[in-house]
Amino acid sequence: MQRHLISAADLTRDDAVLILDTAEEMSRVADRPIKKLPTLRGRTVVNLFFEDSTRTRISFEAAEKRLSADVINFSAKGSSVSKGESLKDTAQTLEAMGVDAVVIRHGASGAPYRLANSGWIDAAVINAGDGTHQHPTQALLDAFTMRRRLIGRDAGLGQDLSGKRVTIVGDILHSRVARSNVDLLHTLGAEVTLVAPPTLLPVGVETWPCAVSYDLDAALPKCDAVMMLRVQRERMNAAFFPTEREYSRRYGLDGDRMAKLPEHAVVMHPGPMVRGMEITAEVADSGRCTAVEQVTNGVSIRMAVLYLLLGGNEPAVAPTRTEEK
Amino acid sequence: MSKTLIRGAKVLGGAPQDVLIDGETIAEVGENLSAEGARVVEADGKVLLPGLVDLHTHLREPGREDSETVLTGTRAAASGGYTAVFAMANTFPVADTAGVVEQVWRLGREHGYCDVRPVGAVTVGLEGKQLAELGAMHDSAAGVTVFSDDGKCVDDAVIMRRALEYVKAFDGVVAQHAQEPRLTEGAQMNEGVVSAELGLGGWPAVAEESIIARDVLLADHVGSRVHICHLSTAGSVEIVRWAKSRGIRVTAEVTPHHLLLTDELVRTYNPVYKVNPPLRTERDVMALREALADGTIDIVATDHAPHPQEDKDCEWAAAAMGMIGLETALSVVQETMVDTGLLDWAGVADRMSFAPARIGRAHGHGRPVSAGEPANLTLVDPAYRGRVDPAGFASRSRNTPYEGRELPGRVTHTWLRGKATLVDGKLT
Amino acid sequence: MDTQASPARPVLEAPDIARVLTRIAHEIVERAKGADDVVLLGIPTRGVFLAQRLAAKLERITERKVPCGSLDITMYRDDLRMQPPRALARTDIPGDGIDGKLVVLVDDVLFSGRTIRAALDALNDIGRPRAVQLAVLVDRGHRELPIRADYVGKNLPTSLRETVKVQLAEEDGRDTVLLGAKPATPGERQH
Repeated sequence: MQRHLISAADLTRDDAVLILDTAEEMSRVADRPIKKLPTLRGRTVVNLFFEDSTRTRISFEAAEKRLSADVINFSAKGSSVSKGESLKDTAQTLEAMGVDAVVIRHGASGAPYRLANSGWIDAAVINAGDGTHQHPTQALLDAFTMRRRLIGRDAGLGQDLSGKRVTIVGDILHSRVARSNVDLLHTLGAEVTLVAPPTLLPVGVETWPCAVSYDLDAALPKCDAVMMLRVQRERMNAAFFPTEREYSRRYGLDGDRMAKLPEHAVVMHPGPMVRGMEITAEVADSGRCTAVEQVTNGVSIRMAVLYLLLGGNEPAVAPTRTEEK
Repeated sequence: MSKTLIRGAKVLGGAPQDVLIDGETIAEVGENLSAEGARVVEADGKVLLPGLVDLHTHLREPGREDSETVLTGTRAAASGGYTAVFAMANTFPVADTAGVVEQVWRLGREHGYCDVRPVGAVTVGLEGKQLAELGAMHDSAAGVTVFSDDGKCVDDAVIMRRALEYVKAFDGVVAQHAQEPRLTEGAQMNEGVVSAELGLGGWPAVAEESIIARDVLLADHVGSRVHICHLSTAGSVEIVRWAKSRGIRVTAEVTPHHLLLTDELVRTYNPVYKVNPPLRTERDVMALREALADGTIDIVATDHAPHPQEDKDCEWAAAAMGMIGLETALSVVQETMVDTGLLDWAGVADRMSFAPARIGRAHGHGRPVSAGEPANLTLVDPAYRGRVDPAGFASRSRNTPYEGRELPGRVTHTWLRGKATLVDGKLT
Repeated sequence: MDTQASPARPVLEAPDIARVLTRIAHEIVERAKGADDVVLLGIPTRGVFLAQRLAAKLERITERKVPCGSLDITMYRDDLRMQPPRALARTDIPGDGIDGKLVVLVDDVLFSGRTIRAALDALNDIGRPRAVQLAVLVDRGHRELPIRADYVGKNLPTSLRETVKVQLAEEDGRDTVLLGAKPATPGERQH
C-alpha cells in the first residue's frame, strides 16, 4: 500500500477538508501543558533535506516530535546532490534502517515522485518541496490559515473555501508554492488569480484552473486574501525584470496598495520575506499579515498529514494520482 | 564465396520475388530462382529492404565504453537491420582529428557487423570556436563527409557560415544540432503545458526553429547544403518546407522516438524519457509524421544515445539526455508510418536507406535491390508483434523508452556485403 | 448498521436512561460531597452527550454551574495501527482546566477498558486532576485491563458474540440501548 503526499493536485476536496479539520484539532495540542501525543510512538521519520530549508525542516521536526515519532535528520546538501546515485543510494540506506516515512526536500522537480515510485523504498514519502514543482504542505497550511481567518476556527470545520477569492502575486514561474496553491485552492472551491509580470509566468499557465493578470491594482479590491511570493533578486540578472525598484513599484505590496484590499482581506506570505521587494515592512508587520500565523499553522498541518498518512495501518487520505499503476 | 537464396520476399514491399546473393553482391532478382548450391532463406510474407543506414548514431567509443563500444553498437545496428551507421563525433577525445575518425572507422571494419562512417566534429572540441581540420578528416581513410558538433549547436553564425562553405570543397555536409543555447539554459523538457505543471525548465520550440531558420538562410546565401539533425517541432517542419520550396539544399532527419512519444510521458519523471531535443506534443508528432510522409523530412535517424544505468536511475534533472534506438527504429517506423498508412515499404526504404546514404555519401549503401548491387540487405517480418525486452538487446545500454511496449515488426536477417550479420533474429 | 445486525432487543429505553442518569447524578453529588470541584469529560461521541445530560442534572441538584467538556482519545488508542486513522473528534477542556479537580470521565459503554486507559493517558497530558472517576451508562463486562467504573447505569452480562449499541437522541434521534448479535461486517466500532 502506497501512502505518499507528493502533489497538492492529488488531494480530493474531502481529503483536503479532512486534513484541515484534523489540523484544527492538532492545533489545540499546542495549548496544552504537554505538547505531545503518543500517536506515532515507535515510528521512525527521516527528514531528508537535499536543499537548505531550516524553517520547513524545523516545522516538520516539531510536528513529528509532537506525535512522538523517532526523528532522524539527514541533511544531504553539498556535492553529493549533483550525482544522481545519491538519491537512490541514500533512499536505500534509509530503507535498510527501517524508516517508516521520508520527508524529502529536493532541488530537483520530481525527486519525491521518483522516490515514491521507483521501487527504491517502501516507506511513505512526503514532499516537503521539490524544485519548482510542488510544496503540498505549504498549500495546506495556507488554506488552513485562510479558512481560519476568513470563515473562523469552529465555523470553518468541515468547510472548504468555496467562493473565496485569492490573488497570488510574484514569481509564479519558479514557485512550487504557487503551483501547489493553485491546485489545492481550486480543489477547495476558491477562485485564484495569479498576478505577475509576464516573464515570471510559465508558458502554459493558461491551462491552469485560475485567472491571470498583469495588473495588481485591479486585482486587489476583489480579493479575500492576497499571497505575496518571494522574489529572488538574482532573477533580475536573468532579465526577468529590469530593476528591483521597478518590480516593487509594479508588483510589490505597500501600505497604499494594502488600503485597496477589502476590510476583511488578509495578506499572506510563505516566507522568507524580502522586505522592500515584494512587501514593505509596513505591510509585513501589520495585523493583516498572517506570515507568523502561517508558520504556527504549518506545524498543525504537518501533524495532521503525518497522522493521517502514518497513524493507522493504511492512509486515511488517498492521494493516488501520482502513483504509477 | 557462398550463395544465399532469399525465397519469396516482398522486395520493398512489392510482389514476392527470389533474391540470390552470390559473394558480396546480388546476383539475380526474379521468380523461381534456382536454389542450387545456395543456402535458402524462406522469406514468405517478409519484406526485403536495402540495408538500413543511420545518419545519427552515438557509439561512445573512444571514451565512454561503459555505455557502448563500436563492437556492441554495431552489433545493435546489425540487429536492427542496419548495414551502415554514422558515428557522431562527441566522443572522448572528440572526433575532431583524422586520428580519431580513422580509429573509429577501423574498429567498425574489424568487427564486421556494420560499416561505421565517422562523423567529424565541425569545431575543435565541439567548442564552437575554431574549425576542426575538416579536410584532413575527409582525406583520411575514414573519408569523412558528414560534420557535426551534435550534442552542441554550432551557434556562432560566422563559424556556421564558414563550415557550410568550407565543406563544399569535398562535397561534405554540415549536420546541425539546432539548439539556441541561451534559450535552453537549464532546459529539461519541452516548454508548454506539461513543463508548467511539472516545474521543469522549459525547452522552447523556438530554440530549435530559430537556428534552423538561420541555417537554411545561410545555406542559401553560400550555396551549400545543410542537414538538420533530429527535427522535433511542427514549426521546424514549416521552416524546412519553406526552405525546400525555395530550392535551398536542406535535408532533415527525425528520430523514431519523436514520431511516437510525447511530453506527456515526462509526467512520470522517469528519465528514460529525457532526450535532446525533448519529446514534444501530440501536434508536433503528427506534423513530423506528415512531413516524413511527404518528404519534407528526408530521413529517419535514430540518435541512438546509450547511457549507463546510473545516469538514468536518478532524479530527472540529474539524468543524462538520450535514448537508444538502433534495435527498435524499424518497429517504431512501422508502427507510426507503415501501419498508419502514411508510408509504404518503398517509402521506408527511401527514408531509412536510400536517402540517408545519399546525404552522407555512403557509397555502396542505399542501393536498389537489383542484380549487380552490393548485397546490403535487411529482411523484416512485419506480421510479428512483441513486447520490447531490453534484456535481449545487443547494445551495452538499456535506456530504451519502449520497455514493455508492444511494437510491430522484427528484423530477422541482415546481410552486409553478402555476409549474414543477423540470422533468424540472432547475431552471427 | 442496525440493518446488518441480527434482531436487537432493547435493554434500556428512554425513561430507563433518564432514570439511571438521575441516579448517577445523585451518586456523584453524594460521593463527591457536593460536587463543587467536579469536571465532567465525555468521551466522543455519545459520552459527550451523556456528560452534558449529567451536567444538567447536577446543576439542577446543586444549583451550581458544573464544568463539562469532551476528551477525544483517538490519538491515544492502542489499536491505531490496526485500522486506518480516524477523523479526530473535539477535545474541549472547560476553561478552568482540570488541575486539582475531580474529573468524572463519562462514556456510554464500558467493555475492554482500553478506551478508558487511553483517556487516562490523554488526561495525563492535559493536567493533574485531584482524582479521576468513571461513569458509564452500561457495563457489559469482558475487561482486558484492571479498570472499573465508579458509576454504572446498568450492569449487562453479555457474551463476546453480542453487541451493545447505545443510541441517544442527540446523535441517533432516540434514546435506547440495544443488545444484538455481532454483525458480519468488520470495522464498525462495537462495544
